[in-house]
Amino acid sequence: MGVGITVEHLNAFYGKTQALFDVNITVLANHATALIGPSGCGKTTFIRCLNRLHETIPEARVEGAVRIGDLSVYNGTSATQLRRRVGMVFQKPNPFPTMSIYDNVAAGLKLNGFRNRKQLDEVVEKSLNSAALWDEVKDALHKQSGASLSGGQQQRLCIARALAVQPEVLLMDEPCSALDPISTGKIEELIFQLKEQYTIVIVTHNMQQAARVAEFTGFFLLGKMIEFDRTEKIFTNPSDKRTEDYVTGRFG
Amino acid sequence: MPDTNSNTAAVLMPRISVPPITWRRRVMDHAMTGVAALTVVVVLVPLFAIFAYLIYRGIGSINLAFLTQTPKPVGELGGGMANAIVGSMVILAIASLFGVPLGIGAGIFLSEYGRNRYGDIVRFVSDVLNGVPSIVIGIVAYGLVVLPQKHFSALAGGVALAIMMIPTIARTTEQMLLLVPQAIREAAYGLGVSRWRTTLSITLRTATSGVITGVMLAFARVAGETAPLLFTAFGNQYWNWDSGQPTAALSLQIFTYAISPFDEWHRQAWAGALVLIVLIVSAVAAVRIAVKHGTLAGA
Repeated sequence: MGVGITVEHLNAFYGKTQALFDVNITVLANHATALIGPSGCGKTTFIRCLNRLHETIPEARVEGAVRIGDLSVYNGTSATQLRRRVGMVFQKPNPFPTMSIYDNVAAGLKLNGFRNRKQLDEVVEKSLNSAALWDEVKDALHKQSGASLSGGQQQRLCIARALAVQPEVLLMDEPCSALDPISTGKIEELIFQLKEQYTIVIVTHNMQQAARVAEFTGFFLLGKMIEFDRTEKIFTNPSDKRTEDYVTGRFG
Repeated sequence: MPDTNSNTAAVLMPRISVPPITWRRRVMDHAMTGVAALTVVVVLVPLFAIFAYLIYRGIGSINLAFLTQTPKPVGELGGGMANAIVGSMVILAIASLFGVPLGIGAGIFLSEYGRNRYGDIVRFVSDVLNGVPSIVIGIVAYGLVVLPQKHFSALAGGVALAIMMIPTIARTTEQMLLLVPQAIREAAYGLGVSRWRTTLSITLRTATSGVITGVMLAFARVAGETAPLLFTAFGNQYWNWDSGQPTAALSLQIFTYAISPFDEWHRQAWAGALVLIVLIVSAVAAVRIAVKHGTLAGA
């Protein structure tokens, strides 16, 4: 089951440059939340703060409090512990190039010391099924490398890989930006099904996509969260002038 | 809107007329292709020339006795370099045992943890070490191993060669690991895999074939070294199975025989050189095949 996320007074920095300014947000469990905004506004930085990937960049740091379910992200939780419960799908598909399809999906469990062959088989099949990829790859699980799949398939493989460690939250950083409309459609359908079991936070440049998949939408501008509300409200009746300008295409 | 932008750009673009392809361009094109092909020939000719000449001079002296017997005293015909062949293998095995893990470890440090001043120091030191004459490294191994043990040994020879392998392996490993995209590491972090596990099981594994190329280059380079073995392994006319005792090596045996005044020894030196190069080439080829068929792919 998914868990909720609470973010309080989050500031993020790259060296001396501040990328996020006092972000506050509450994400409901088992819902999809979209983050929109022009390029460079901090959407990606924001979700990378949720699973502490931000701090892996040299000289990057974070201030503020983030709670995911009962975990205090920046206080007393190790990054690896946290990331096992917060899966991530990246902008560009990044399967492990030397691994077979099977090993790609099993990687998260195997590398964390999980060895039960039979259960691994089950998890791999279930994850690939959830990612709507099973039928396309079931005959080549061990023969084909993850990198030999098409772009859309690779991205679904990455989703399966993230699901295999059974997270409670799934972060998606523009998961469709490198994909054609058909693959995009498949992944959007997937998001729809996945939010029954996971809490989803998705960064997107495509406002129609936000409107289609997310119940809640946050609008970022220059590192600040300008408005956060139900998706219909953001797109039909935003309370901030800047949100209105952006969603109606007057800038950005 | 993007449309208006691209229109303005199109309007502002200066009109360029591409010159027609003249006969001069065609001639130049062919000439340059020819030059490129010629450089390939120039690079490959010495290699094949050396190999061909070694076969020409050495093949006649290679027989069962050469591969199975120890050297005969001066004046007696026959005998072989069996002890030197085995000695070389033992010394190279010892060198690889120390040199490969240390070199790869240093490479991992440089690439994954050494993007700072400490890394710069290690990088600089390793580049300097790479340029130290091999005989000097022999003297260092003499001081480190031979003096405390009070006798020459295969171990000392192996240590000398290992010291020579480390900087090459470290720097190539570093370069190969840096070629692995950051996105691959982040994918592993995102699954809750710890940093050291990611480095070993994801980053190093992705770079395996490049790292192995670096290892084989270092191996091939030290396999023919003579100077660092002169006062470490020292050489031996007889069989020796104790890595703590003076040990024969092909390169040493070739050196001794080549500077001798005897025709028979000269012939044997040629044969030894041929055997050495064949051993190196087959070792490199064997590792390549092993990597290709996945024996080492999980490393």
